[in-house]
Parts: sequence; C-alpha cells; structure tokens
Amino acid sequence: MFRYREEATAKKIIESLRAMDLKDISIMHVCGTHQDTLVKFGIEAMLKDVGIRIRQGPGCPVCVTTTKEVVEAITLAKSGVTITVFGDMLTVPTPIGSLADAKAEGADVRVVYSSTDAIKVAKDAEKVVFMAIGFETTSPTTAAVLLDDPPENFSVMSCHRILPPALDALFHMGEVKIDGLIQPGHVATIIGLRPFDRFSKDLKVPQVVGGFEPLDVMVTVYMIAKQLVEGRAEVENEYSRVVRPEGNPIAMRMLEDVFHPVDRNWRGFPVIPGGTLELRPEFEAHNARKVYEEIIAKAPVVREDMGGCRCGEMLRGIIESKDCPAFGKSCTPKRPMGPCMVSREGGCNISYRYRQE
Amino acid sequence: MCLAVPGKILSIDGKNAQVDFGGVVRETNVSMVDVGVGSYVIIHAGFAIQVVDEEEAKETIQLWQEMLEQTSQEPL
Repeated sequence: MFRYREEATAKKIIESLRAMDLKDISIMHVCGTHQDTLVKFGIEAMLKDVGIRIRQGPGCPVCVTTTKEVVEAITLAKSGVTITVFGDMLTVPTPIGSLADAKAEGADVRVVYSSTDAIKVAKDAEKVVFMAIGFETTSPTTAAVLLDDPPENFSVMSCHRILPPALDALFHMGEVKIDGLIQPGHVATIIGLRPFDRFSKDLKVPQVVGGFEPLDVMVTVYMIAKQLVEGRAEVENEYSRVVRPEGNPIAMRMLEDVFHPVDRNWRGFPVIPGGTLELRPEFEAHNARKVYEEIIAKAPVVREDMGGCRCGEMLRGIIESKDCPAFGKSCTPKRPMGPCMVSREGGCNISYRYRQE
Repeated sequence: MCLAVPGKILSIDGKNAQVDFGGVVRETNVSMVDVGVGSYVIIHAGFAIQVVDEEEAKETIQLWQEMLEQTSQEPL
C-alpha cells in the first residue's frame, strides 16, 4: 500500500518549511475534508509553529446553503411532499425549526446517500423532491439521474454551488489575507485545473490542488510555500493520481447539459454572480421550484443571520470557531446554533469533535 | 460532502458496477468514467468520478521523497 501517512516524511516537511523562515503566511483551503485532515492529525498546529496559518473558507456545502433554501424545503415537507436529502442537512436550524423537526411532526423526510437513492424513493412515494446540495464534485451525480429518464414524480431543488465564483467574491471583498490557496482535489477531479488559473494570473496567488491524506495536505502546503519563496504564482497539482488537468469531461458535459449558473446568495456572502446552479428550462418538469412554485411561494420570509451564530464569518475565513463565544457552550453538535456546527464538514463541528479535553 | 474514497471494480453491468471497498462490496454508478474490471476508481455519493492512476500514485510518493531530499541539500 502507498505510504501516505509516514511520520518521518511529515517531520522532514515541517523541517523544510521551518528552514524557509516564513512569517505570518496565510493559506486558505475550501474543503471540509481538508479541514478534517488538518485538525485530526494536528497538522494545523504544526504549521502554525512554522509561521503558516491555515484558514477554512466556504468549503462546506451544507454550511453555504441559505436559511431560505432550508425553509423552502421544510415548507415543502410540511405540505405533504417527500423530501430526500443528505443526512448532514437534517438538523440545520432555521427560525421555523429543522427538517428533522418537520419529520418528528410527521412530515416525510428521508436521508439518502446518493441521487440514485432518491430515485428509488420516488418509486414508492407519491411526490418526491431531492434537495440537492454540494459543489462540482456532487452536482454531476444529480445531473446523471436527470439525464437517465427520471420518474415523473421526481424533482430536484437545486442548491448546488460552483466553487471558483466564491473565491472571486472572497478576493473582491478583501476581508481576509490570502497568500496561497489549497484547491479541493475532488472538485478539481471534475472541473480540472483551468478554472483556477485566474487567481494565479490576475491576483498572483500560488495555488496547489491537494489530496486528502495527511502527507498530501502537508506536501500541498510545502508546494505553496515553495512558490511563495521563489516568487512564483502557478496552479500546481499535488493530487495527480486522481486529478487530470482537464478534469472529467464526461461529468462536465452532464453538468452543462442539465444546469446553468445563476446569481444567488450563499450563507455569509452577498449574491455571488454565477455561483449557484439551476436546472435548465428543458428540465422544468423536474425542477421542484417550478413544479411546487405555489407551495414554495408560501414559505415564510426569514432572516438569514441566526442570532448569535457566526457561521457567516467562519465561511469567509475571518474567524476560527474558538473566536465564537457560543462555541462548545450554547452551540454544540447536539444543540447547534448554525450549520458550521451541524455538518461534519463545518469548521465548528470539526473543531468540536477533535477538541482537546 | 466532497469526501470520496477509492475502490476496485469487480464487475460491470451497464451503468452499474460492483465495487470492492477493502472488503465491503457496493453497487456504484460508473456512467461518468471509462473503466474496466480491475480498475481502481474514486467514488463519491454512489458514483465513480475518476479512475485512479496507479503509476501516478507511485510516482507521487517518489516525487515527495526526491523533492525533500533535494530541499535538504540546497538552502532555500
């Protein structure tokens, strides 16, 4: 088996980074799986010790889904429509409760592990909506079932996001110092390297697409640091065993056939131009927002910010979970105040799970 | 969400394949990849999203070692 966790190599990397004598370097990543590896294996702390601070950006699909979208799904569920959804979404709190609360009150909310599971549900339920969340890694799996003659009673409420426009928004807002970017390996598996070019060419930011084993992440950081020391700003690929420069053309074609980009809010962000995927008009018969337009129009209008929850700032990389007064006190995975504590990819949930007692 | 794991293809029937995840076998949709039996694939939410390049995987490890040996010789 491959040696992706060898400690001796990890030590060598840290010593090489120490020799670079870096000071106050800020590197952002945008993936919950990267955050999990960074925290679980104590890499974040090791890097801090050699002058590198890691920030998590908007890399948690559950977290960036807006309260409005969750409220619309709850409204549909309460009206008698079966909602199928990935498990992490179930307990996201809103002013009208969560999908789990709606289920407890008798609504038909079912956890699925894939879009194909949602299709199976449609075979024994009357009206089924798949609340589709996720970045470019996941959206092709929704596209695939829509292209495969889905049942008439099946529709999709697309909450799919596109990652690069969120990075544009972060740089445009300018609230956070970003000296380098760790790009998410499994998003790049689909979209390839080209969509990241502009951040290196126009903004001179070094970027490396990274895998998810501890050594993958450490080497990725090392490659970014090397670019900084050598004054380069390029898109490099550490995860070449999976990521091809062109991505996955079959998946990209599926995405283009089914979806088109629209301008919508992300949690913690203003409207991000072209940052959300909506179904093309050809798929209107399977677009839950069209099929159930009248029910969704009755969804209560709610405030996006959940009182006291600082998820928005977490998603923009401005604060860490420890900076939030509610963290681990009034906000825990059992009683979450916001999605960053709900999702296993949320920064607060990860910090809570691996916290030092 | 973007968590994806490697598995080995045991058999293929149209769009679906039986994939071995280190002993656990599950059905996986392979409509997004061009694969054959015996290939290693990366699976996300029930779909194979890419084929793992075993040669690249071996080379990655090699490169890491070389890169670090080189670094310890030349001051940055």
